[in-house]
Amino acid sequence: MQLIKNNSMTWRYFKQGLFFTCVRASALVITLALGGIIFYILYNGLSVINWDFITKPPTDAMTKGGIMPAILGTIYLTLGAIAIGLPLGIASAIYLTEYAKEGRVVRFIKVGINCLAGVPSVVFGLFGLGFFVIFLKFGSSILAGSLTLGFLILPTIIGASEEALKSVPQTFREASLSLGVSKWQTIFRIVLPNALPGILTGSILGIGRAAGETAPIMFTAAAFFTAKLPSSMFDEVMALPYHIYVLATAGTNIEATRPIQYGTVLVLVAVVLGIDLIAIVIRGYMRKNKRW
Amino acid sequence: MDSDIIKLNKVNFYYGPTRALTDITMNFVKNKVTALIGPSGCGKSTLLRLLNRMNDLIDGTRVEGEILFEDKNIYASDVDSVEIRRKIGMVFQKPNPFPKTIYNNISYGPKLTGIGADNMDALVERSLRQAVLWDEVKDILNKSAMNLSGGQQQRLCIARALAMKPDVLLMDEPTSALDPISTAKIEELIEELKKDYTIIIVTHNMQQAARISDETAFFYIGNLVEYNKTEKIFTNPDVKQTEDYITGRFG
Repeated sequence: MQLIKNNSMTWRYFKQGLFFTCVRASALVITLALGGIIFYILYNGLSVINWDFITKPPTDAMTKGGIMPAILGTIYLTLGAIAIGLPLGIASAIYLTEYAKEGRVVRFIKVGINCLAGVPSVVFGLFGLGFFVIFLKFGSSILAGSLTLGFLILPTIIGASEEALKSVPQTFREASLSLGVSKWQTIFRIVLPNALPGILTGSILGIGRAAGETAPIMFTAAAFFTAKLPSSMFDEVMALPYHIYVLATAGTNIEATRPIQYGTVLVLVAVVLGIDLIAIVIRGYMRKNKRW
Repeated sequence: MDSDIIKLNKVNFYYGPTRALTDITMNFVKNKVTALIGPSGCGKSTLLRLLNRMNDLIDGTRVEGEILFEDKNIYASDVDSVEIRRKIGMVFQKPNPFPKTIYNNISYGPKLTGIGADNMDALVERSLRQAVLWDEVKDILNKSAMNLSGGQQQRLCIARALAMKPDVLLMDEPTSALDPISTAKIEELIEELKKDYTIIIVTHNMQQAARISDETAFFYIGNLVEYNKTEKIFTNPDVKQTEDYITGRFG
């Protein structure tokens, strides 16, 4: 009797151990993959990183010099995408969660948003080319690129905002409305401030993606090479992802620019992480006295 | 002399196809405490939320009949529900302060609706004193309301409602989430408040209804079974069902 019991216990511990090992191994593989990529980029790119690399424009047919115009261009495009995607996305989410009644219209809109999320980024690029660049005559410009990226990140922002708005307790809305405060004021003063940390957290993903995308900007905003910095939002810009693409596939001397390519990748990763960091800091600041 | 501040005339209420209230006709007396009692699901909370149009927030609800507040039908098409809620405040079952400072919890409503804007500090103090919370919080007005105890939070919610200077205060089981000491404080407070306000309170606690109310209405499955002076209801009810409920034979 004693023996059987012990055996079954051993078996159970074994199963448990096996399960934990699998879970740990999964986590480890992901960490290793991430670590591997970062190490590889650092190993190959770190040698070219210096002050001149990030503050000087490219020289000698892009085989020497820095990548400052591309860094600036990516920052402009990302900020532009945020400026367009965030208000539009939050407004859509407010409509969907606070105003719209469940029904055919809402279902149709939600299906539309999900479809938008599934559209390949190159299609956004072609749409941007056809609509913003040609039809609206914005030309290849920061404005056209920002609009295209803004639409690209819209589904992510709407999704994150919807979740964040729904997570604000219904009792807050009731309390505010019961005081004779209007619905709009309730949303603006109570619901939105409490949802904002969540909205930002979710939007970080979309914003990071926007900064790293090549396809949507190659037809709408990115220049192969321009030494002059943009003076208005109707100017073309260089951008990091497109610059990497150009150096690696169409540059004047692909082999010679290898280190610059990796350096540019490193800077792109740093810029994306930098954007995330800003959002995280803002979120942390907003969360401090917003606990419930 | 008693005067009726809210009058219900043959009110029916539906959640979708389900009728939750049937032909309710009753009047609420000014500056009295009226208790609504009855077993769960009898419609007393639904009735309470009808009085300041909080049921508007739920999709697929429908009201029939008249609810007159100061002789004006609050469900008339030209009446703004926002205006009604300024005059008829509400305290909820669970304390629900905003995640703001104590001060801002109180000033929130008046500020957004433009009441007492010229002397907000005085209004905040007056409201907190009325809710017998001032002495406990006067030194921490800029601290988050979320740090207060449950009982303090509920008195804060009462103060927040009072800051709007309503005529009527609706209370939906305001002490059911509180300990006996906090409950006693709120009951004392209600006693105090009825001088200036008409109070309508839903409660599951028979002793509470008997202690604090002047009038008591007993509801059962969406019907108003009996409505009378509290002493009469609790000592010599006319209807057998009321007696059974009060003495704990069912519900």
